[in-house]
Amino acid sequence: MIQDTIKHHLTDALLMAYSAGTLPEAFSLAVAAHISMCDECRARLGAFDTVGGTLMENCDAAVMSADSLDATLAMIDLAEARPAERDVPLGGGVLPAPVRAYVGGDLDSVRWRPVGMGVKQAILPTKGDATARLLYIPAGAAVPDHGHKGTELTLVIRGAFEDKVDHFGPGDIEVANEDLDHTPIADIGEDCICLAATDAPLRFNSWLPRIAQPFLRI
Amino acid sequence: MEPVKVKEKKEHPGLEWSACILRIRETRDRAAFAALFRHFAPRVKAFLMRSGADAAMAEECTQEVMAAVWQKAHLFDPSRASAATWIFTIARNRKIDALRKMKRPEPEDLPWGPEEEPDQEDSLALQQETEKLEEAVAALPAKQRELIEKAYFGDLSHREIAEETGLPLGTIKSRIRLALDRLRHAMK
Repeated sequence: MIQDTIKHHLTDALLMAYSAGTLPEAFSLAVAAHISMCDECRARLGAFDTVGGTLMENCDAAVMSADSLDATLAMIDLAEARPAERDVPLGGGVLPAPVRAYVGGDLDSVRWRPVGMGVKQAILPTKGDATARLLYIPAGAAVPDHGHKGTELTLVIRGAFEDKVDHFGPGDIEVANEDLDHTPIADIGEDCICLAATDAPLRFNSWLPRIAQPFLRI
Repeated sequence: MEPVKVKEKKEHPGLEWSACILRIRETRDRAAFAALFRHFAPRVKAFLMRSGADAAMAEECTQEVMAAVWQKAHLFDPSRASAATWIFTIARNRKIDALRKMKRPEPEDLPWGPEEEPDQEDSLALQQETEKLEEAVAALPAKQRELIEKAYFGDLSHREIAEETGLPLGTIKSRIRLALDRLRHAMK
């Protein structure tokens, strides 16, 4: 599933916040999904994790309670007495593994809801201020023109789309902020599947979607 | 696997910690775990306290993190991460789970080759890179280093750092960018 044609990568700010563990869950999901498809950003994340390790190792150490080591060893012994739980491997698929974990399966398990003009979405259950959704955009169709109050991350999982910024293919991630009003249009050749994460509701620029917004939770 | 040469361990203390994790994996070596615990547990606890945990919660989470180090030792690859980096990622995940009450989506793991033993030279090279980065972080100007620390430890977004420090958001972003440029330059 690794793509070597990726042109649009994660920003330093996103990678650092993911490494530090300060992103909302929905953004972490988009970051993890992109890294699943992109070796370059995986390597960059390794560097940010190393910064974290260095800072932790060199910080002023705290004092442990007197029985801390014994308590930890007891915890280890207790866990070893229980039968080991094995993670069931999810196997390959269209969706990157972190997304499959939220869907509870691959593409055929997604519970799509129509949002009009052939576009479908499925909201994924994440906690915190940001929301994550899968978008299904039929070949050649457009997502209604919208702006953002906050940040929107859009990762192409399959197919491609184009907006006024650029062309985005599989593995590409678009980082859009409040300055960008855009109308992503799916390529004509193939239906487009994206993972989108936003930390504020999208702001649609035409009258109808704005009415529909509270109902559709876009 | 051949033991790491004593000379290399002295020159690279990080290799000693990696060797401890490998001994836990190979022989469930409690002495190696105790050594690792004495070094890392107080630092994990400090990291969790600076991230907002009170002392009791930080103590409990630290014990869980160190128990996870034992339980996940088979996943540790010294040619991909130093002991400090690896333990940091476990501590960070515990922080997200316990303090922020969120899940932590992880990237799909790369397919591993046919049970390849990590190469000694790769581990040494990784350790040298890690030390270089450590020196570069230590050499950052205080103002830049402080912001990087806040970003990692303070559980704060750039906007929240701006509110806490009174610095404009643009200044924070450019200081962090400068710090990362310096680190990159040092790693060339």
